[in-house]
Amino acid sequence: MDQLQRKLRDYEAAMFQQGFLDDQFSQLQKLQDDSSPDFVIEVMTMFFDDSEKLLNNISRALEQIPVNFKQIDAYVHQQKGSSASVGAARVKNICATFRSFCEAQNRDG
Amino acid sequence: MGLAAESQFHVLAVDDSIIDRKLIERLLKTSSYQVTTVDSGSKALEFLGLCENDETNPNTPSVFPNNHQEVEVNLVITDYCMPGMTGYDLLKKIKESSSLKNIPVVIMSSENVPSRINRCLEEGAEEFFLKPVRLSDLSRLKPHMKKTKLKHQKQETEQKFENSEIIQNDQKQTPKSQIQHSETESQSQTQLQAHSTIDQQQQSLQQGNNNKRKNMEQGLSSDTDRTRPRYSGIATVV
Repeated sequence: MDQLQRKLRDYEAAMFQQGFLDDQFSQLQKLQDDSSPDFVIEVMTMFFDDSEKLLNNISRALEQIPVNFKQIDAYVHQQKGSSASVGAARVKNICATFRSFCEAQNRDG
Repeated sequence: MGLAAESQFHVLAVDDSIIDRKLIERLLKTSSYQVTTVDSGSKALEFLGLCENDETNPNTPSVFPNNHQEVEVNLVITDYCMPGMTGYDLLKKIKESSSLKNIPVVIMSSENVPSRINRCLEEGAEEFFLKPVRLSDLSRLKPHMKKTKLKHQKQETEQKFENSEIIQNDQKQTPKSQIQHSETESQSQTQLQAHSTIDQQQQSLQQGNNNKRKNMEQGLSSDTDRTRPRYSGIATVV
């Protein structure tokens, strides 16, 4: 059991180190306590569900002709917001890049 | 008025993102506030409208069966970017309503746009938080809520209260702070220096929170020269 916990801690540390997670994730962890013991899991589950929906929306929008960049930009903005809220730093940064492609109306980007 | 919620403040949180709603709810509950969350400005107004009905007309049946009679909202915190009614629209509606305009409103946004921030503050928002919001940000809420509660009780002391809070509020600019302008004119020079040193200190600290504040201050300073964050160390009256 100890070993598992240690592994989990190491994995978590790696995520932070590699820039997948940022300080906001630590903030989430701080909000978890006895009165709300599953807070992090609940939020992350919501995040994954929400992200999946948004990604599907974005894929569909990219297949349309002509591509509605404004709509896609709106989806990406949402994705950026939620990833920032949960500390998913890499996703957040990717969204920023994505949005500049939207602005340039660069479908291939 | 609000007998049931005497020791607790009730916050109405408005955000179209389910994740942000969950987050703000947790933040507020952790800070011992009562929370109601809604996902749109129109629902917020509905909730507030019903509250006001309860207060002014106790005979109106409440649509919210659990809390019944005294559903008083002490503060509204709302996201800026929402489909339909934006946080700004909601703010305007609240401030235009004779029954709701005394409720302090805080705006949140993931984007640091000085003109947006100023517009909201000018329209009467008490604070502007950059997302993601943190626990430490919430400590800035209490003074506004206490102020409103006291308003209900004592009209005269309210003026003094507002003045001392503006001085003590080291991050935010409010429209009311412009009244302070002439008095603090002479102090502004030294405070400018204090401001930039502290800025540097903040830069060397960890990111996240401090970066956001730095952005805020830079964004704000480029736009409004008149008001500056105050570090005068005046003891808080609250």
